[in-house]
Amino acid sequence: MVKEMLTGNFAAAWGARLSGVDYVPAFPITPQTEIIEVISKWVNSGVMDTKFTNMDSEHSMITAAGTAAATGARVFSATSSQGLLYGCEMLYAVAGWRVPFVLINVSRGLSAPITLEPDHNDVLSARDTGLIQLHVETCQEILDTILMAFRIAEDERVFLPVLINMDGFYLSFTREPVEIPGLDEVREFLPEYRPGHAFFLASKPMAQGVAVLGGSVYSYFRYQMHLASSNALRVHNEVAAEFKSIFGRAYSAVEPFKTEDAEYIILMTNSFTVKGKDAVNRFREKGIKVGLVRLRLVRPFPFQELREYLRGKKALAVIDQNISPGSGGILYNEVTSALYHEPNRPGAVLSFIGGLGGKDISLAEFSFILDEMQKSVETGIVPETQLLYTEQDMKNMNNFLNIAGKG
Amino acid sequence: MNVNMEKSAYENFKDISQDEHIAPGTALCSGCGGLLALRLALKVLGENVVIVNAAGCFTLLSVYPFNPFRSSWMYTAMACAPAGAQGIRDALDILIKKGKVKKEDDLKVVVLTGDGTANDIGLQATSAVLQRNLDFYYLCYDNEAYSNTGFQMSSATPFGSKTNTSVPGGVNPGGTAQKKKDLFEIWRAHKPPYMATIAPSHPVDLSNKFKKAAQFKGPKLFITFAPCPSGWSFDDSKSVEISKLAVQTGIWPLKEAICGELSHTVIPKFKPVETYLVAQERYDHLFHPVKQVDVIRVIKEDIDHYWQPYLGVEPLQDQS
Ligand SMILES: Cc1ncc(C[n+]2csc(CCOP(=O)(O)OP(=O)(O)O)c2C)c(N)n1
Ligand code: SF4
Repeated sequence: MVKEMLTGNFAAAWGARLSGVDYVPAFPITPQTEIIEVISKWVNSGVMDTKFTNMDSEHSMITAAGTAAATGARVFSATSSQGLLYGCEMLYAVAGWRVPFVLINVSRGLSAPITLEPDHNDVLSARDTGLIQLHVETCQEILDTILMAFRIAEDERVFLPVLINMDGFYLSFTREPVEIPGLDEVREFLPEYRPGHAFFLASKPMAQGVAVLGGSVYSYFRYQMHLASSNALRVHNEVAAEFKSIFGRAYSAVEPFKTEDAEYIILMTNSFTVKGKDAVNRFREKGIKVGLVRLRLVRPFPFQELREYLRGKKALAVIDQNISPGSGGILYNEVTSALYHEPNRPGAVLSFIGGLGGKDISLAEFSFILDEMQKSVETGIVPETQLLYTEQDMKNMNNFLNIAGKG
Repeated sequence: MNVNMEKSAYENFKDISQDEHIAPGTALCSGCGGLLALRLALKVLGENVVIVNAAGCFTLLSVYPFNPFRSSWMYTAMACAPAGAQGIRDALDILIKKGKVKKEDDLKVVVLTGDGTANDIGLQATSAVLQRNLDFYYLCYDNEAYSNTGFQMSSATPFGSKTNTSVPGGVNPGGTAQKKKDLFEIWRAHKPPYMATIAPSHPVDLSNKFKKAAQFKGPKLFITFAPCPSGWSFDDSKSVEISKLAVQTGIWPLKEAICGELSHTVIPKFKPVETYLVAQERYDHLFHPVKQVDVIRVIKEDIDHYWQPYLGVEPLQDQS
């Protein structure tokens, strides 16, 4: 087994290649492009026996991904930000078709103002589509999660597409050592796709994606999607256990970091948790009992697991790298609703918005967050959502204005 | 004038198969001209097809758990049926290549949409599959409006007609002020191997065109005239008659284009266009309470302008 220095994008391409995907419909968007460029090269050089089609939009791309999966092909695709939103109508549709495929979102802040660097408003806009959602922290995890995602999507208890989020720039263009598993092991874990429920064959006519009349039928199918998505938690855990036994790397729906004896917990997702874990280590050096919880499985939402790690803590701070203007953090609302009926829930649950459009979350900001948690515990007063923005950020802003002569 | 004189596979009505591929009793209106065209088309295409549908009246053909087809069906969304066809074709191709699907299980992929989808929201996805030379059929039933939503104007709505979003009134007595978009020419600019206009009143012409299309790999595109008794307001027994009038007045040319090379398959007799207009309530305002001579003249001129280059002379239409 070899370890190579791979960008997140390259690791994603390897994930698709090892999965033996039949079909990749593609449309470019920064910072996803390297994924489709690499796959296109591999297809053209013959190392991947895959049909690759340059599509005309993400709306078309997601449609083609869905209908190819409905025909019985194993399908992979990738997009980001504006592209994910452009295809939004079809995200709901393909989930409703109950077809398995894997879609990567390389996260990037949404326009306006238009930008390239990441936050999670893009991927969380797909929160209610019915796609399973997994958010990853490292380049290795992106590769591994693609292999697991096909297992989850193709499991008959689920039959839903899976959306995997990786951060633009921080993962997409950052090289990390990645172990590329051998094909034999991968096939043992992820055999060839044999569609049992959705296909188009002359010998077996089938109608898919059909209309319904009336709420009874509509509700029936929508409820089925909810139940199938809920099943994905158990399926994820089974698949992760098998993955660990073959490849040695362990993944969970919720990843705890130094939570056991912790009094204060920071909750985060995606690549910025690396910064959070670093901050936790520094706080620990000072003897403060801080831990971190990383939410990896966002849909289905792992209510039970979260409660396990958060029960009995003094305070919890949720850092949202997204903003729902006029409300606050999207995950904060989900986490607090998960805790509402927990009698032993953290005494204070604080909300912070940070890291929008790739803005750093510095150690100073983590220290501020810890101070705020401690203050809330002492006073019993929990502040409204706080927007993280440092003096340095303000300086950067003013610097631009000064250069433009508008300071 | 280049008229197609090749010996045809279908010479008269009796040559058309009596097999039906759509069961009767669907949710569509009785007398639906588009449905008749689809019924005829499927007699040539056969059973090994997958129809890829966009939002429109025909979406209601397949309503869970009922399905009138012997063949397969995929509803996508309004803008993207051609992209859906791309995914199915690509998947079948690669799965057959890899030996995961048997060659005998292959299907013809048929996109089925209304004119609103074809001319407006779905035009980008269509242009893209034409450029990619996708091996598929497209059947657009042109009822000249967004019918399923209650008959609003599309860019295929003809000048001077009434829809529910181009209602004739004091400021704009003529109804639809825009000219119908020339989808045929837009498609033809992509030089697909085969494309044709058809009409349900001309089943032999229609059948021959589908038969002929079958020999080509790549896009095979059809726009059928689709008299719509509900939207155009005429008696549902008159669809074929109206369709016939559209061809005979020259307002619906029957033609085909092979790799962009155009020819007409029927040269009309150029009956006065009024005979066609007065048969439908959507043109009533052109005749009552007063005759809108200017609007009718423009409709006639447009027919003349269309045919003049092909006939070399002005059509013999009554200009009174
Ligand atoms: C994105 C989107 N916009 C609007 C609609 C509403 N809609 C459903 S059917 C339809 C009319 C389609 O018109 P056309 O393609 O001409 O087909 P027809 O209804 O005439 O059969 C519209 C506008 C929709 N389903 N999706
Ligand atoms: S509204 Fe018109 S096009 Fe639609 S089903 Fe009825 S007749 Fe056919």
